[in-house]
Amino acid sequence: MPSDQAPDKAVMPEPAGAPVPAVTPERVLAGLALLVPIVAMLWVSSYDKPDPAVAGMPFFYWYQLLWVPVSAVFTVAAYLLINRDEKARKAARNGGAR
Amino acid sequence: MKDVNVPALVVFVLFFLLVTAMGFLASRWRRADNAAHLDEWGLGGRSFGTWVTWFLLGGDLYTAYTFVAVPAAVYATGAAGFFAVPYTIIAYPLVFLFLPRLWSVSRVHGYVTPADFVRGRYGSRPLSLVVALTGILATMPYIALQLVGIQAVLDVLGVGGGENANWFVKDLPLFLAFGVLAAYTYSSGLRAPALIAFVKDALVYIVIIVAVIYIPLRLGGYGHIFGAAADHFKQAKAGGLTLPDNKQWTYATLGLGSAMALFMYPHSVTGVLASKSRNTVRRNMAIMPAYSLMLGLLALLGFMAIAAGVGSGVKGYNSQLSVPQLFANMFPDWFTGVAFAAIGIGALVPAAIMSIAAANLFTRNVYKEWLKPAATPADETRIAKLVSLLVKVGALVFVLGMDKQAAINLQLLGGLWILQTFVAIVGGLFTRWFHHWALFAGWAAGMVYGTWKAYGLASPATKHFGGNAAEIPGIGEIGYIGLTAFALNLIVAVALTLVLRAVKAPDGPDETKPSDYSAEAGDDELENAPEPVAAH
Repeated sequence: MPSDQAPDKAVMPEPAGAPVPAVTPERVLAGLALLVPIVAMLWVSSYDKPDPAVAGMPFFYWYQLLWVPVSAVFTVAAYLLINRDEKARKAARNGGAR
Repeated sequence: MKDVNVPALVVFVLFFLLVTAMGFLASRWRRADNAAHLDEWGLGGRSFGTWVTWFLLGGDLYTAYTFVAVPAAVYATGAAGFFAVPYTIIAYPLVFLFLPRLWSVSRVHGYVTPADFVRGRYGSRPLSLVVALTGILATMPYIALQLVGIQAVLDVLGVGGGENANWFVKDLPLFLAFGVLAAYTYSSGLRAPALIAFVKDALVYIVIIVAVIYIPLRLGGYGHIFGAAADHFKQAKAGGLTLPDNKQWTYATLGLGSAMALFMYPHSVTGVLASKSRNTVRRNMAIMPAYSLMLGLLALLGFMAIAAGVGSGVKGYNSQLSVPQLFANMFPDWFTGVAFAAIGIGALVPAAIMSIAAANLFTRNVYKEWLKPAATPADETRIAKLVSLLVKVGALVFVLGMDKQAAINLQLLGGLWILQTFVAIVGGLFTRWFHHWALFAGWAAGMVYGTWKAYGLASPATKHFGGNAAEIPGIGEIGYIGLTAFALNLIVAVALTLVLRAVKAPDGPDETKPSDYSAEAGDDELENAPEPVAAH
């Protein structure tokens, strides 16, 4: 049987002020979200073709134009993830100072 | 001399007068307590929120030259000219990674320029100096090209143009425009372009949206436009609607290299540091693509100019005039005036910010660092204001005295040069591992290699500096010289750092600490940080 203090310790969450690790799921996901549009645009051979055209505009042009708003969606996702991460870090810091 | 387009000219002049008044009144906008400090004149008091920053950065990065040159490149080469679109798509996710860190550390230590950061991080005066000089060197021809943008508009309007007009009459409108710009930049600092950027961006959005709907309607739809462009490129046996296989590397490396260079330019950094919080910077990276969409649509105007027969049959037609001419041919006169005002004001905003950024660099990293270390903040502001005037006069002399090709060549080189500061700046934001002399050597290697390679390129228009792509050693594909030079720069910096660390070469002091790079407005780091006034 554990001592009297043991159950107390077991229910306690991580000690307040524990540093958040440098690599968190939020940061990894944000990094991936930022990487996607960069890779998509550098992969020129994937879109260097005229067909299928839309409303008379060759694929090459409408595909890249479409990536402008799509890249913005990915960047917004990264922004939200990083915001969450920084809030958690701040909370951890303030917990430590208490 | 061509006929003057009177209704267009009247509308153009009215808008010009409006922004001139705004420029002078801007000094009263959010007026600060300490007007003598360089933070006030040179960074608008570091007070701009999300929307002001959005307009300011949009007005700053998407310049008149862009409006003229991007569709001109599409007009001349087709698909290859469209690289501006992937370039701006790549840029924001990329800089999202490091600009917030640059904002934080600059706010904590009161840095005004990227060279200030390099000085503080590496404790190296020579490295800071070359970063500053590279910035000034890259910015000067860029300012000159804004004038080329205004000139293109004035030419098509029929004022000042004409080959046989005497030089003074010919350039008088340009003198006037620049004189006025210089005066309100001097008196209002960064607040002037920030306020005028609202007008500029609104005009640009209106003009582009109208253009991409109205012009295709008149030309018989996008199918017809792309059809005509395809025929044109087939006949010309140059360019095309898609890239040949051997140009794909060039396209990708130009996009990536330009995206990396974009926020190394001093005027971009000025726009970022003027924002009031770290989150403002991040939020802007997510909303800036609205401008990229506009740029993409604008690029399509190059094809419309082909379909409308602009410049067809004229030998050696200056493609820079293709889009202004397209507007003049297609729009009713009064709306041509609005469109030209968008381009003209689109030149004034970035020219003002660029001259402020160059002045900040000279004042902080040359004057105060090397010439007069005892300069007070009030001295700094006085010098920066004077230098902003000199920079503009220099650009004017440049455009009037040298031929335009030289300005275009130098701007091309400017992108290549400024990219060579990337390792020192962005590397320094994440690690203190690099040795400052290794970074210096890497910078020098990149500058020399890139300039030498670009010098050896000929084009029909010019004997040297005729392009920006050459074979990448070891890969064999044709790629952007700037990015190849950057790779060389990085290799040299890494290799020499290993050597210098191995021999335990003495290193400079680092005045920053890790928490400085994540400080946000309202945090302890900023509360405890010395007030900018006291810090320098």
